[in-house]
Amino acid sequence: MNKYFFNDLDVMVGRSLRHILRSLDTILTVTVMPIAYMLLFVYVFGGAIQSGTDNYVDYLLPGILLIAIASGISYTAYRLFIDVQQGIFERFHSMPIAPSAALWGHVLTSLVSNAISVIVIILVALIMGFRSSAGVLSWLAVAGILALFTLALTWIAAIAGLSAKSVDGVSAFSYPLIFLPLISSAFVPTRSMPPVVRAFAENQPVTSIVDTIRSLLARQPVGTDIWIALAWCVGIMVVAYIFAMQAYKKRV
Amino acid sequence: MQNNSIHVKELRKSYQQLHILKGVDFEVEKGSIFALLGSNGAGKTTIIKILTTLLKQDGGRATVNGFDVAAEPDQVRQSIGLTGQFAAVDEVLTGRENLLMIARLRHLKNPRQVADDLVNRLGLAEAADRRVSTYSGGMRRRLDIAMSLVGKPQLIFLDEPTNGLDPEARLEVWKMVKELAHQGTTVFLTTQYLEEAEQLAHRIAILHEGRIIAKGTLDELKKLFPPAKSEYIEKQPSLEEIFLAIVGKKDVKQQ
Repeated sequence: MNKYFFNDLDVMVGRSLRHILRSLDTILTVTVMPIAYMLLFVYVFGGAIQSGTDNYVDYLLPGILLIAIASGISYTAYRLFIDVQQGIFERFHSMPIAPSAALWGHVLTSLVSNAISVIVIILVALIMGFRSSAGVLSWLAVAGILALFTLALTWIAAIAGLSAKSVDGVSAFSYPLIFLPLISSAFVPTRSMPPVVRAFAENQPVTSIVDTIRSLLARQPVGTDIWIALAWCVGIMVVAYIFAMQAYKKRV
Repeated sequence: MQNNSIHVKELRKSYQQLHILKGVDFEVEKGSIFALLGSNGAGKTTIIKILTTLLKQDGGRATVNGFDVAAEPDQVRQSIGLTGQFAAVDEVLTGRENLLMIARLRHLKNPRQVADDLVNRLGLAEAADRRVSTYSGGMRRRLDIAMSLVGKPQLIFLDEPTNGLDPEARLEVWKMVKELAHQGTTVFLTTQYLEEAEQLAHRIAILHEGRIIAKGTLDELKKLFPPAKSEYIEKQPSLEEIFLAIVGKKDVKQQ
């Protein structure tokens, strides 16, 4: 590894965290929007939803976290796209910096910023009555799964950011990712859905991830869900990483 | 002792069926300003990308500051600065932060000091702590060039440095380039404006259909043409001269 890798990575992460802090739009979308969803579902729709738990916030929180991450990584794609378009990547690559520090800077920023918005949303959920009896280990497991999910989506975002031809293309890719939690067990139990929708909902990645986090937070046994969730996250991450690296090599 | 900053021999590059460079040869003397002239799509940017290690050539050899661009890219990167065709500045950061970022990425001892010095030297002090998104085209370009000067590389590449700038900003950039050369930095620039090459360059090469079809000093190039006939023509001011005269006057009045 290049001896300057961590120095260069530090510069890159500092730079893109500044981008986030100076963009009201980003902060609003990645934290305020998911919180608004949470308020809407708990205080407007929640009364009519039979979730099978005493407290609907407890049921809802995992899905809200995934939506927040999905909208968070769309900004990673956007920032990557801008760097490629404006020739900033080119400038970096004509300098004696550690190879791929520029790309890893965006990936690490994505992890850090999503972690911050997840923490903020959990704090708001606590105010709204969310309670968990989970122990330290369970919380660590939740953090680990969320980090893997973030990484998997970040590499998908990297493919989009590195290969998109226009800004519209960059933002379009994240809509399905934000939409996916809606057709899962994130907001309502899947048993209330018609068979075809139910079959889709139960076999797409979000449901297993949501169910795993929910069980961990409620101190319920996670069963095989956790392995399915991990397989999805790692599988998507590896495949997306390979394609993202290909797109990256094409760009530099 | 090596007297050439750049040495290019038989350089070839194709994109699929399109042969962009078909054997390009030239040298750039240390400390000089060298202009590569050519129309759009002639391959000027391709040459810059190969020389700055962003692109690999298909054939031929190129050395920059004595290092082979294909075999020793790290040493090449260490010794050059690049200002690409579009101002590659970070719009969200301030001018000073941009310079500081580059200084840190070049692993300099005292990055903050380097950034402050450049800010003062280039007359950006007033705007240094404003976000670059508020800069005019000329200021943005000046910052862009300043960013390629961080770490005092011996050679800088400027790809169409005045493209899209207004006449005043163009003069500012010209002044900056001349000062650089005065301090001993070698400047390699591409341009499609003949006047720019005439104003700045010690040596000029013309790239056409993948080859250098003419090179030399301005005087040498002039000799390639039939000797000048003298005719008496009333000299009309160019629109640029008129524009600059009026704008210049206005500035004086405001002060």
